[in-house]
Amino acid sequence: MANFITDMLGRSPVDPLQEHIATACKAAYLLPDLFKAANLNDWIKVNEITEQIRDYENKADEMKMNIRANMPKSLFMPVPRQDLLELVLVQDKVANISKQIAGMVRLRKLQIPDGLVDCFNEFLSLCVYAAKKAKKSVNELDELYTTGFRGAEVKVVENLIDSLDEIETETDNQQTSLQEQLFLMEDDLPPIEVMFLYRLIDMVGGIADYAERIGRRLEILLAK
Amino acid sequence: MEYQITYIVLAAIFGGFMAWGIGANDVANAMATSVGSKAITIKQAIIIAAIFEFAGAVLAGGEVTSTIRKGIIDTNSLGGNPELLVYGMLASLLAAGIWLLLASKRGWPVSTTHSIVGAVVGFAAVGIGTEAIHWSKVTDIVLSWIITPMIAGVIAYMIFQSVHHLILKQEDPLQKAKRYVPAYMFVTAFILTLVTIKKGLKHVGLDFTDMQAYALAAICGVIVALIGGFFVSKVKPNPKKEKRFHFYTVERVFAVLMVITASGLAFAHGSNDVANAVGPVAAVISTAKSGIIAAESSLESWVLLVGAVGIVIGLATYGVRVIRTVGQKITHLTPSRGFAAELAASSTIVVASGTGMPISTTQTLVGAVLGVGMARGLTAIDLKVVRNIFASWVVTIPAGAGLSIIFFFLLRALFG
Repeated sequence: MANFITDMLGRSPVDPLQEHIATACKAAYLLPDLFKAANLNDWIKVNEITEQIRDYENKADEMKMNIRANMPKSLFMPVPRQDLLELVLVQDKVANISKQIAGMVRLRKLQIPDGLVDCFNEFLSLCVYAAKKAKKSVNELDELYTTGFRGAEVKVVENLIDSLDEIETETDNQQTSLQEQLFLMEDDLPPIEVMFLYRLIDMVGGIADYAERIGRRLEILLAK
Repeated sequence: MEYQITYIVLAAIFGGFMAWGIGANDVANAMATSVGSKAITIKQAIIIAAIFEFAGAVLAGGEVTSTIRKGIIDTNSLGGNPELLVYGMLASLLAAGIWLLLASKRGWPVSTTHSIVGAVVGFAAVGIGTEAIHWSKVTDIVLSWIITPMIAGVIAYMIFQSVHHLILKQEDPLQKAKRYVPAYMFVTAFILTLVTIKKGLKHVGLDFTDMQAYALAAICGVIVALIGGFFVSKVKPNPKKEKRFHFYTVERVFAVLMVITASGLAFAHGSNDVANAVGPVAAVISTAKSGIIAAESSLESWVLLVGAVGIVIGLATYGVRVIRTVGQKITHLTPSRGFAAELAASSTIVVASGTGMPISTTQTLVGAVLGVGMARGLTAIDLKVVRNIFASWVVTIPAGAGLSIIFFFLLRALFG
């Protein structure tokens, strides 16, 4: 038995997109605990958390595939299909880079040098906060669809994107200052470890970059 | 006429069977959108459908009934063989009923109207002769199948744009919704009453002047708006649900409106589709009773009752399942969209019924939903499914025609 009206309404991409970013963010939220465990030399815990992050990344990957599969070319949507596919791609990057960070910490038994810990933690939590803010923006998607991407709701989302930009700029500043501090410590640390610490800082900064790019993609949806 | 009673009983059974098919499929389809959006429960949907389908059939279905009865076939060409019309109409009912049953089992998006019109044209062309068909009327009907979904789409587009500008894009959508939704209720009741009075009530024996008609429609509109306004004012904000989805309460206000547009849609559906089932029955009865092809005989009220009862049984036995499946599906029209589609579709259908055009209610509704989509109102519409729905009548007409030709010759061999 079928209902033709329901059949013609394609599955809304909104809920899957929101579930996807929620899962991707869960991977990023675990990173502070991971670094805490690493610095306490608790490698069993690091292992556990890395596995959890991997699980979330796998789940996000699966969701991404499902979203793609459920968005056939025959769909007629108020926003271009391509823009939504690119949004999910950027969302997925948050989970991917979290997994890479966790993998690197586990493999190299990376620990943040004492002099850097406070600054690094502040930087990390701000980057994770950026991801959270990106999730909040994506959670406005259903409201945007309800209002047809126009009107008062657009301002709400624009404000969210603006604050996302500000957070990202702040993480950039912190990233630079971390790099400067690390440069001064270089002589006291094993050279290979220093190399990986530079990479680690870049990757953590990547979370905020991707969060900002999620905002950019949402902005493109609004501009149309 | 020899088998007078047999013909009448058969017509009642076949007509009831077809009405059952309409109830199981079409009505369920129309009501499911309201149930899916949680505007009403399944039980309420069945009660609303029963009342308004019946009212629509009785009050506004006369013109379509007479089109099916005597608009398509030139009864003069039958001459001294009134039995041919009886066989043909019985065959058409059986053909349309069976085709609908098959289609609803298979989930094909077919329309009652297309099958009955195809069936009537089919038996007339083969059983009586192509000259027996009013081809200009048939052309009009086919054209209306193309035009009505478009008109409904344009109306739905405009209604949804107005909802957007007046309510959704505002800073305080809830206050705006509470202010404007009763106005939409007024419009719904006003249009449906006006068209019914001007086009439908003549055959019931009531005749109003223009002024009276407008005044009566306005009074109906005000009454509906007042009752609806009362229920709207009882909708209280739900902060918990609103945190998840800011428009939760706004949609609740539209849900009240959707109960009214759903009733309107049931009424419109009754005026068009019930008439499809009742038309052939009426033709059989009047021919069988008088032995001649009576052009002026009035519709017997029990015939409409058979149609209405058939629909309610169809809804209760099979339609409930359709509605339930839809309620569980993830995709549905939210009330702010559903009402726009339903209002556009029902006004288009009622106007078409008034002019005697047997149109497809499902396709008109699909056209209206597309209109809302064009206004950027829907998250996604699968155009592949839309194409299938519109293409279905290309298959349904020959299928209805073929089946009715077979049954026509069977019945003629049996009784003749």
